[in-house]
Amino acid sequence: MAEEAVTDSPDLVAGDGVRRRDFINIAAVSAAGVAGLSILYPLVSQMSASADVLAESSTEIDISAIKPGQAIKGVFRKQPVFIRNLTPKEIAEANAVPVSSLRDPQTLAERTKEGKENWLITMGVCTHLGCVPLGAGEGETKGEFGGYFCPCHGSTYDTAARIRKGPAPKNLEVPQYAFTSDTVVKIG
Amino acid sequence: MSFPWAQQYKPTNPFMRWMDDRLPLPRLVYNSLGAGYPVPRNLNYFWNFGILAGLCLGLQIVTGIILAMHYAANAGVAFDSVEHIMRDVNWGWMLRYAHANGASAFFVVIYIHIFRGFFYGSYKAPREMVWLLGVTIFLLMMATAFMGYVLPWGQMSFWGAKVITGLFSAIPLVGEPLQQWLLGGFAPDNAALNRFFSLHYLLPFVIAGVVILHIWALHIPGSSNPTGVEVKTESDTVPFYPYFVAKDGWAVGAFAFLYCVMLFFFPNALGHPDNYIPANPMSTPAHIVPEWYFWPFYAILRAFTSDFFIVPAKLMGVLAMFSAILVWFFLPWLDRSPVRSGAYRPLYRKFFWALVVDAVILGYCGGAPAAEPYVMISQIAAIYYFAHFLIIIPIISAIERPDPLPFSITEAVLGKDENVPLSASPTAPFPGTQHANA
Repeated sequence: MAEEAVTDSPDLVAGDGVRRRDFINIAAVSAAGVAGLSILYPLVSQMSASADVLAESSTEIDISAIKPGQAIKGVFRKQPVFIRNLTPKEIAEANAVPVSSLRDPQTLAERTKEGKENWLITMGVCTHLGCVPLGAGEGETKGEFGGYFCPCHGSTYDTAARIRKGPAPKNLEVPQYAFTSDTVVKIG
Repeated sequence: MSFPWAQQYKPTNPFMRWMDDRLPLPRLVYNSLGAGYPVPRNLNYFWNFGILAGLCLGLQIVTGIILAMHYAANAGVAFDSVEHIMRDVNWGWMLRYAHANGASAFFVVIYIHIFRGFFYGSYKAPREMVWLLGVTIFLLMMATAFMGYVLPWGQMSFWGAKVITGLFSAIPLVGEPLQQWLLGGFAPDNAALNRFFSLHYLLPFVIAGVVILHIWALHIPGSSNPTGVEVKTESDTVPFYPYFVAKDGWAVGAFAFLYCVMLFFFPNALGHPDNYIPANPMSTPAHIVPEWYFWPFYAILRAFTSDFFIVPAKLMGVLAMFSAILVWFFLPWLDRSPVRSGAYRPLYRKFFWALVVDAVILGYCGGAPAAEPYVMISQIAAIYYFAHFLIIIPIISAIERPDPLPFSITEAVLGKDENVPLSASPTAPFPGTQHANA
């Protein structure tokens, strides 16, 4: 039937069997498809973080008051960030762990800045489902590995904030940061 | 479609005749909820839960629209606006409690409705589409309920949003950007609250649309019934109006009584006190739990504590939790038994009750802290849950010898049916499967 329609059509372009109407069909549907996709893009993109949310993406924190063995909670991207001044004993504990035995193998040196190994700066966001682990605040439990303990599903982190036990897949994330002076750290 | 003996809509009022020629809406109602819809005469009380679910949806939409007139979906004031509803708005406390307890009531009704389907094989041919649409409605309900629980912007709201959107971060490669896209930021905040409110308002109307498809698909073969034997003759049915309209009215009264007991005497019994603390992104409550109706699925999520080959524990938990519902989509093809009703399936019946017990155990563990022995119990119960659908049901449907089925609904009700042909008398050995296929 289609064959008949083609031969009968006055629009037939001689020789190659392509009708002018086929071309118009393909062109129109393609144009509508491109238009549809270009309308879809802003509809999807509007849900991403807006400019004002992204503008809050860096923060400066004064760390001069944190004594060895203490930690504070800062705010970075509306999420807690833990800044911890490790004691020599905690550093030794972290370095004593064979790296190959870890779920997410990293040394303490890889998680801190050179010459500032006592400053452990990590997100206070459990890598399991995003709860805030305990251990940074005064009197909070640090868990059996002396780092952090997440109360939601029992993930336990060591003194280098590396995952040691529980469902979390990764170590506590180390955000981008830089020491702007000896007492101020800029996160983000 | 309807049975040939269904009563015909014959309007006598001139206006109704005029209307019937132009927009036959009264005819549609007559044929779906009136005397024009013949229903099996033996339906028991479990067949009232469909109408109760519809009632709950209506209740939630009405109370929800009113609450939206007083609520402000902004992270700065959302918590205060809920307290404003509770303390300042006339009858606001009642409307909010009605909405919050209405969600729980909706899930009680829907769980009974679903387990009615499990027991009586309501998902089997020719009603697979009814079942698939029903599971879709349930998924939409879960999404709606989750987003609604975020709106008061208390501690449980905030951390519930964080944990549930955190599930998406388990997806390899695209997980983190996907979570940030869903939240419109790095953590739940104003952007997330606003879009959850927008979708929480939208989804009930989507549910209402799928409910219409669900009822439409149901009315093609007509309602199932406790014997699982299909309707054969007029004596197997009674008209929906007045018989089941009256019975549904009774069920609505009984439901309303229990609902009002909860609403007026135990309005916070199913809630969590932590949600009366404003959201605090810096401090996680010691014990995060979702609302009770999510507990069984939450237990399955938490049951995975170690990596499974190359799949990380976190992703495994998320996949298992979603699979726990997705497996229902395959149920009509996993259960190959030609006998529909659990009443005639002695072996299936036992495992049905085992599934009920298993679901209750999962629910209990999901509400308990993430510690032993609950984790281990969750693991065993989760394995059994999947085994029920993927292993036990296919095996039972292959090896089970069902009890003899009655010839017809009429015979099941009255003990005799004049239409029984001599060849298929109930005393003949095992006449069941033949009829079940009919």
